Amino acid sequence: MSGDISQAGEPEADPDGDPGHYHLRLYVAGQTAKSLAAMKNLQRFCEEHLAGRYDIEVVDLMKNPQLAAGDQILAIPTLVRRLPSPLKRIIGDLSNTEKVLVGLDIRPKDDRP
Amino acid sequence: MPEPQAVPKLPKAPTGIAGFDEITFGGLPAGRPALICGAAGCGKTLFATTFLVNGATLYGEPGVFMSFEERAEDLAANVASLGYDLDGLIAAGKLAIDHVRVERSEIEETGEYDLEGLFIRLGFAVDSVGAKRVVLDTIETLFSGFTDPSLLRAELRRLFGWIKDRGLTAVITGERGDGQLTRQGLEEYVSDCVVLLDNRVADQITTRRLRVVKYRGSAHGTNEYPFLIDEGGISVLPVTSADLNYGVAEGVISSGVAGLDAMLGPGGFYRGTSVLISGEAGTGKTMLSSSLIDAACARGERCLSFVFEESGAQICRNARSIGLDLARHEASGLLRFEAARPTLFGLEMHLARMHRDIDRFRPDVVVIDPLSALRGPTSELQATLLRMIDLLKGRGITAVFTSLRQEGVVEAADDLGVSSLMDTWIKLLNVEANGERTRTLYVIKARGMSHSHQVREFLMSGDGIRLVDAYMGPAGVLTGTARLVQEAHERAESLRRRQETERRVRDAARRRAAIERQIAELHAGLDAVADEERLLRDEDALRETALADERDELRARRSRAE
Repeated sequence: MSGDISQAGEPEADPDGDPGHYHLRLYVAGQTAKSLAAMKNLQRFCEEHLAGRYDIEVVDLMKNPQLAAGDQILAIPTLVRRLPSPLKRIIGDLSNTEKVLVGLDIRPKDDRP
Repeated sequence: MPEPQAVPKLPKAPTGIAGFDEITFGGLPAGRPALICGAAGCGKTLFATTFLVNGATLYGEPGVFMSFEERAEDLAANVASLGYDLDGLIAAGKLAIDHVRVERSEIEETGEYDLEGLFIRLGFAVDSVGAKRVVLDTIETLFSGFTDPSLLRAELRRLFGWIKDRGLTAVITGERGDGQLTRQGLEEYVSDCVVLLDNRVADQITTRRLRVVKYRGSAHGTNEYPFLIDEGGISVLPVTSADLNYGVAEGVISSGVAGLDAMLGPGGFYRGTSVLISGEAGTGKTMLSSSLIDAACARGERCLSFVFEESGAQICRNARSIGLDLARHEASGLLRFEAARPTLFGLEMHLARMHRDIDRFRPDVVVIDPLSALRGPTSELQATLLRMIDLLKGRGITAVFTSLRQEGVVEAADDLGVSSLMDTWIKLLNVEANGERTRTLYVIKARGMSHSHQVREFLMSGDGIRLVDAYMGPAGVLTGTARLVQEAHERAESLRRRQETERRVRDAARRRAAIERQIAELHAGLDAVADEERLLRDEDALRETALADERDELRARRSRAE
């Protein structure tokens, strides 16, 4: 796992101006089946498509409920693409890979076959 | 009250909305969600905001406003005009606003999800201020943001259950839908209390109405009640109570016109009764009511005058022409004019406005000038007026209504069907004769008092209104110049009669003198006859004496001869 998974409350990773860098934030509420599935799917997905140019921040709203309003979170789980802009929200357990691709607007890597 | 005493009462959370708490006997069900639905522009959000603000300021119950439509700053700006300081309440920790933005285009669904985030946000907001009240405005917006309605419904059901479990009194607003109360059928989930707001246009006049559709476990007023939104916020008017249980105020108040007081047995109107002054245009209705206002204010009573055809300043100016200084009372705060065009609102709205103004001003005397300016369907008109009169009587307020009688309209139709509700009815009539018009006045009825049945002529001058006895005689009722002419005529007539009598007296005296003269003559004749009789008797006596003498002489002679 090469992704940088930080916990909420820590300072955000510097977006470092790389246009290809993905800064993702996953909102969950406790260790529910949907949350765990989403985390698992997200990590797998990032490894496959965004290896080396992403960081994931997991926010557990059970612990930090005050963070829900900031990103307009209603549904759980919600994945927010902070960068690159524009901001995108993807809800659900990320089991539908096609939709996640569309939702995150992922451009394949240049060196990808 | 239909509230049964034996059954424990449902706990209620007062909304602080004037009138609403009365028709629901206490407010919304405490610890439960209530649905407020209605079409766009009905005042749902305002209702909800008022509920929260009053909760925080009046009842010590902090609240959470979860807005799905407007941003917090917009909400605050919208209600600032009503004097609600949302920002201040937020700063004081009595209110939390959370704007939930649902943007379909920003959301991609990629599998199973739930709305736990909403619960967490609401829960966080509730905990942050210790809220007892919650508003969700308008939660149906969620349906446009998410594709799976069945999941949403399940989540909403869970949300309402959660609200109940937390013991939160919630107001959920919903847009009116086709054939049902809300677009998404929210009434299915929020079934404890449903309030419908309505904004109806009839004859180009909008009237807002409110109806409690259902209220589980509680009695409630079932009618449609008009409500007002203005600078004072929302007020609902439970003006349907038609019970006649009001107390009777004692005392008599002067009409301000001495002559009119004299026509009424007790010397004025009973306090707390309703007085109708009807008459055609220019008969002096407003002047008469102005007199009454002046008299009341001079006694230190508070007067509220609703005028529909003139401004307050105009009435003050006009009243000056009969020597009344109403502006003085207005300046001292005893008198207030509330002027509005009759077409400004619907009937119910006018009533609603009056109700509110009366409750705020607490007048002793209310003048409505003229009642006939209020137009509407006859049935509605009568019901409204009935409630208006009821409202005033219920508060022991002396009410003076003026009513314009149309020229040529049949008698019965001119009183708007309210005359039976009036305790005193004074009719002003213009009598037209001999090329002039005269104002006359008479009392048609005065409940509970003896009153004059006479027609009086009334004169308006710089000294006020003065009543003059009209001429009543064999030639009919005469007023104005005709009265003066008739009076002059009568004076001449009586002079003529007096002269005639004097002539006859003189005649009789003359005749008596003549008779006395005759008597004197007869007496003289009588005396003459008596004289003659005495003379004759004397002559007779003399003759007898002479004869006797002759006889004696003869006898003597004869004797000598023998």
